[in-house]
Amino acid sequence: MSNFTLSDLLRLSKLSQIKLSEKELDKFSTQISEILNFISQLSNINTQEVSPQTHSTGRKNVFREDEVKPSLTQEEALKNAPATYKGFFKVRAIFTEETQK
Amino acid sequence: MINPNQLTLVELQQKIKSKEISPHELIQKTQDQIAKVDTEIFAYVSINERAKDQLTSLVSKGNDLPLLGIPMAVKDVLSTKGLKTTASSKILENYIPPYDATVVKKLKDAGAIVIGKTNCDSFAFGASTENSGFGITKNPWDQSRVAGGSSGGSAAAVAADECTFALGTDTGGSIRQPSSFCGVTGLKPTYGACSRFGLLAMASSFDCPGPIAKTVEDCRVIFNLMKGRDNQDATSYYKDYGAERKKEKIKIGLAKEFFSEGINEEVKKTVKKAASLLEENGFLIEEISLPHTQYAIATYYILVPSEISSNMARYDGIRFGKSREVLEDEVKRRIVLGTYSLSAGYYDEYYDKAARVRSLITKDYLEAFSKVDVILGPVSPTTAFKIGEKTKNPLEMYLADVLTSSANLAGIPGLALPCGFDEKGLPVGMQILGPHFSEDLLFFIGETYQNLTDWHKKKPNLGGKNGN
Repeated sequence: MSNFTLSDLLRLSKLSQIKLSEKELDKFSTQISEILNFISQLSNINTQEVSPQTHSTGRKNVFREDEVKPSLTQEEALKNAPATYKGFFKVRAIFTEETQK
Repeated sequence: MINPNQLTLVELQQKIKSKEISPHELIQKTQDQIAKVDTEIFAYVSINERAKDQLTSLVSKGNDLPLLGIPMAVKDVLSTKGLKTTASSKILENYIPPYDATVVKKLKDAGAIVIGKTNCDSFAFGASTENSGFGITKNPWDQSRVAGGSSGGSAAAVAADECTFALGTDTGGSIRQPSSFCGVTGLKPTYGACSRFGLLAMASSFDCPGPIAKTVEDCRVIFNLMKGRDNQDATSYYKDYGAERKKEKIKIGLAKEFFSEGINEEVKKTVKKAASLLEENGFLIEEISLPHTQYAIATYYILVPSEISSNMARYDGIRFGKSREVLEDEVKRRIVLGTYSLSAGYYDEYYDKAARVRSLITKDYLEAFSKVDVILGPVSPTTAFKIGEKTKNPLEMYLADVLTSSANLAGIPGLALPCGFDEKGLPVGMQILGPHFSEDLLFFIGETYQNLTDWHKKKPNLGGKNGN
């Protein structure tokens, strides 16, 4: 199996939106290498004839009626929000106008 | 005078009904016990200040509820309406859910009182409660040791008589292993038997909420109130299995892989002794094999982090909660690991491969259950380990789940119960694993064993000197 490098970790940190400090990068790259090394034992097993299993009790296509029922009030739903505006979540802007260039 | 904190749920039900004990007195005594011992144990991350008021309003309705006034502790990954639920992580430090998890609601509706929220590894990622963002739960039998995890606070609270029973969750052993370390009884139900609605998700195809209690009988009563289909969780499902299974001789399999080299000798000896006792009392014992057991941890640590990386994406700090930087180390580690095994170029090598091995592990169990009715083995390769012993090396911590995680891969139920002590005076636990939805059978065997033994009645020596 593949060698896990610091650049892999940097890419994953970006993909998963987790900023890692220098210390964390150092620690995690060693630890994750070790874990992947341990995991590589799975390559010893022949799985060509086996299909992947993603759940365990074999339930499929579970449907229910779409019923209108009481739900959380707007007030309850917003209770944990640090900032609200007229009954909405107030969040930081995601898109900004391009000012640099 | 009897100490109500030490009584089992079934004993309390009788004494409350006969008015020998008042529910208010019981709640007060439980709170007194928490005040007395929890500074040492740290089983609770928050206490329900309104417990007595909630009881008063329940009692005033004059309901004849099965769990009226029974103090219940709830693992901090299960949502409790109006009561802080942090998953023992800094990212949700101030989060107060506006609704109850289905399993919590069902037990509250049955009259149970949430006494407090118990500590766990943050988001239930761990096997020792040392990954909690708020502190380490100590083992009531020896406070230099871990209570196990991730439901360490729940198991310790039951062992230290800080509640009558507790709710935990088991994704890779997180109910069974702490129950074993703390000398109490815990059930990991069949996947789907208890709703996951309101459970802060770890790995959605693995997570199972379940009870931790003082006896198998108590676990049975609680499980029967928790289980069942819930429209809020499409994977929830329960079918009655017990009746078709009534037979004269129950065959118990001892999987040779569960008694292999890496397992502590005293643990093996103690569990084998329990098997002999069951054999003397009419059960048949047969050696079997689960050949892919050695691959369970590797499989688990691909599939579970993959599901974690997806589930944890919701904690973006945008609408509420703190930003991702405050996540605990193990959470970051698993998100990164899962992102890796799902990412382009690695998916086939990791995720798909592990999902195929998962099939093989499940097949091992199905084949075994065509020969025997249940499988018995140790819960953990060792008794409770020292605080700090495994925190430097995450892989070593992962291996603590070597005997429990395969049941989660297969989705089968497992009952953990105490079966003795090692030379250090630490509890040893065994687990009985059965086919999907065979909880009744597990309870029957477990109750038979607890009628023959009194390991489950032993109490740690608390509120004074350490040890037992």
